[in-house]
Amino acid sequence: MLILTCPVCSVTAEETEFHGGGEAHLTRFGPGASEEEFENYLFMRENPRGVHFERWRHVYGCGKWFHAARCTTTLEVFGTYPAQTLEPPKTLRAQISKKRPGWFWRGFE
Amino acid sequence: MSEPVAALNGAIFAGGIADVWEVPLQGMITLRGDLANARLTKAVASVLSGKVPQPGRTTITADRGAAWMSPDEILILCAYDEASSTLAALEKALDGFHALVVNVSDARASFRVSGPPAREVMGKLCPVDLSPAAFTSGMFRRTRMAQVPAAFWLCDDDTFQVICFRSHAQYVFDLLSVASQGGSGVGVY
Ligand SMILES: [Zn+2]
Repeated sequence: MLILTCPVCSVTAEETEFHGGGEAHLTRFGPGASEEEFENYLFMRENPRGVHFERWRHVYGCGKWFHAARCTTTLEVFGTYPAQTLEPPKTLRAQISKKRPGWFWRGFE
Repeated sequence: MSEPVAALNGAIFAGGIADVWEVPLQGMITLRGDLANARLTKAVASVLSGKVPQPGRTTITADRGAAWMSPDEILILCAYDEASSTLAALEKALDGFHALVVNVSDARASFRVSGPPAREVMGKLCPVDLSPAAFTSGMFRRTRMAQVPAAFWLCDDDTFQVICFRSHAQYVFDLLSVASQGGSGVGVY
């Protein structure tokens, strides 16, 4: 079971109080984009074994969106951070490197 | 004139490990806006003669006060027949300020769960640590109650008040009644 801490209201709860919102930090491609860019944005997702970054929503609580970094094999949550973040924060990446040396996700390591 | 009635007409469950009953109609107003803004805190102070609650907390005593719902939302409790005048006063105090004030009294149902095992009854239904050390008086928690959203706080050591959507009233009452059945004590807390 995933235990997440909402960075907005500081509540720690198990995953059924939240709702997963898919992969984090997608760049949106809309009108004017090439077909390949649009396809990548719409369909292509990471499916890592290990470190992963996702969007979550505290749906039964404060209702706000946030980001979470977790391990898909052990369900260890490395940290949660605000929705208004464009890429995995540096400090969090450093913490993950200590626990999972050599991790790689969408160009971040 | 229509006569306002509570969702379950004051339903009661007794004879189990905890008593469950529907609370009479309660005035409830949702206020959304920048909770840190002086205009808003002043409006709350003047109309409710109280403070904007801190995150995760409530100032409710008996049937009055406010509760922190999210970083931009509080729930105000007042007497049912005072809801429209409180609403008007808040609207006046917040005139020209970017905020939302809505009377949601008829959109909600409310219950109390009382008795020494009340923490256990709630604990069976919500993914929340309700041990006396973790959940204390003055806290306000929005969470999931089985399959529906709910919020609750402690009225006293052995009594919770639960708020849910009015359309979920029967479901929540049934949940609480089943979780309070005689002989269903777990002895965790
Ligand atoms: Zn939250």
